[in-house]
Amino acid sequence: MNKGLRVITFEGVTKRYPDGTVAVDNLSLDVPDGSVTVFVGPSGCGKTTSLRMINRMIDATEGRIRLDGRDVKEIEPATLRRGIGYVIQQAGLFPHRRIVDNVATVPYLLGWDKKKARARAMELLERVGLDVKLAERYPFQLSGGQQQRVGVARALAADPPVLLMDEPFSAVDPIVRMSLQDELLRLQSELHKTIVFVTHDIDEAIKLGDRVAVMRVGGRLAQLSDPATLLRDPADDFVREFLGRDRGIRRLSFIPARSVRLSPPPADLVVEDGRPVGWQSGDGLQPYGSFDPETDSLRAALDAMLLSPNGLAVAVDGHGKVLGVAARDALDAALPGAADG
Amino acid sequence: MGDEPLVRWDWIARNWDNGTPYAIKALLEDHTVMAFLPVVFGLLIALPLGLACARWRVLYQPTTGLMNVIYSLPSLALFSILLSVTGLTRTTVIIPLTLFSLAVLIPAVVDGMTSVPDHVRQSAVAMGFRPLRRLLQVELPIAVPVVLAGLRVATVSSISLVSVGALIGQGGLGYLFIDGWQRQFPTPIVVGIALVTLLALVADLALILIQRWLTPWARARRAA
Repeated sequence: MNKGLRVITFEGVTKRYPDGTVAVDNLSLDVPDGSVTVFVGPSGCGKTTSLRMINRMIDATEGRIRLDGRDVKEIEPATLRRGIGYVIQQAGLFPHRRIVDNVATVPYLLGWDKKKARARAMELLERVGLDVKLAERYPFQLSGGQQQRVGVARALAADPPVLLMDEPFSAVDPIVRMSLQDELLRLQSELHKTIVFVTHDIDEAIKLGDRVAVMRVGGRLAQLSDPATLLRDPADDFVREFLGRDRGIRRLSFIPARSVRLSPPPADLVVEDGRPVGWQSGDGLQPYGSFDPETDSLRAALDAMLLSPNGLAVAVDGHGKVLGVAARDALDAALPGAADG
Repeated sequence: MGDEPLVRWDWIARNWDNGTPYAIKALLEDHTVMAFLPVVFGLLIALPLGLACARWRVLYQPTTGLMNVIYSLPSLALFSILLSVTGLTRTTVIIPLTLFSLAVLIPAVVDGMTSVPDHVRQSAVAMGFRPLRRLLQVELPIAVPVVLAGLRVATVSSISLVSVGALIGQGGLGYLFIDGWQRQFPTPIVVGIALVTLLALVADLALILIQRWLTPWARARRAA
């Protein structure tokens, strides 16, 4: 497949049901090669419908969806779907098949021999961070988070260039969800798939998306932009409201903490072996907050300040050794309003 | 029945395999065949009908309605209707029992298909299964535990219902009830009851084992 052409294009796509309900209204957008585009919006905004029109689980009423320049309506549905990875909410694993055979589903459909398909499946289980000992188990023997990882492995099994993810992490608890999101970002940094991701959770959209398409009820696109722009410049009141409060704080997540000016650590910071232990206070130690200027964002730096009793964030390097401390005025100076205007 | 004992073991020994069609062993074999054939035929008919009802839900109400009407007919009435067509043969017993089993098996197939979780079906579609392969490799295997539960009910009730056929001379172990009643002789009746019960238990156990073997993945559901 031509790498340069691997894009999904919506051209004036409308889905209207026989009863007159419009699920998606004249949607036009591009999903660029190797990027994550997140469709986000309240229920009834047509985000899942839009996703399912790509692999023709739903057919568009008007307009055209192109995949690599080809109208998807010209491709036989089953053939089209075998070439597109799909991850569904609740994983949708086949309860009667062992994990390894679940992952090998599409290779089997494509007629690979069993040995090759299973070997590929084992490779993918490892890739998504699962113990290969789980391979011979049945889905009911796995936790929700593990099942969802299997779902991702299954979608990747035949190495499709495009991945569709339909609220894949919404049925697991918040901690598992966060680790699945991190895992997806890690995988994506290795695999560079073209991913369309649907969620109703704006925080998830901002965390995962290279671009975020905010949709409103009635299936209209409200705004399409990168997460930082979305937080800075919501197109209208609907988007502003959907983004919720503390947009400003959340924007800090997209600004690296590298530019924060550090001061030498004061005497009351107790350090052992180069690592911070706490703030001296009378006879005891008070807790401290720390951040890594190389990898963290301004949000983490601010958080570290709020966790320290004296408002000073401890900067540490990758090995946890103290680099210095940052005060609030250093944070202010690093803010885009002050620094890059 | 006077001072006749409940069971005369010597009668059982003499009649277990006495070379006549009324030997206990021969009756047990007859009973087994006449009980199982209706369930097998029933399953063969219920599968396509149940799949059709699951696919086109409007068919389901009328179909089960009809099946329940048939189920409510006394078997004797059905025998007498069929007698003029099929005579005093096994067929006259097997046809009504097949119809009765449908009243259990069609809903079992429909419930089995309904038991396939929507996200599983959706993901099969999204992976690129075409309808026939999806049915054979995903939907039917997942429906097996529910269908087998229906099959167990149908089998046990078929085993019990065969006895009625004795009234037209085709009732397997049911012959023993009539024989014992007519001669005021309790031993055949006791033997008949014991063997019918035993047959039902063995058949049920066999189906449970088949289910364990076919659906190792459903253990969680069984435990729940």
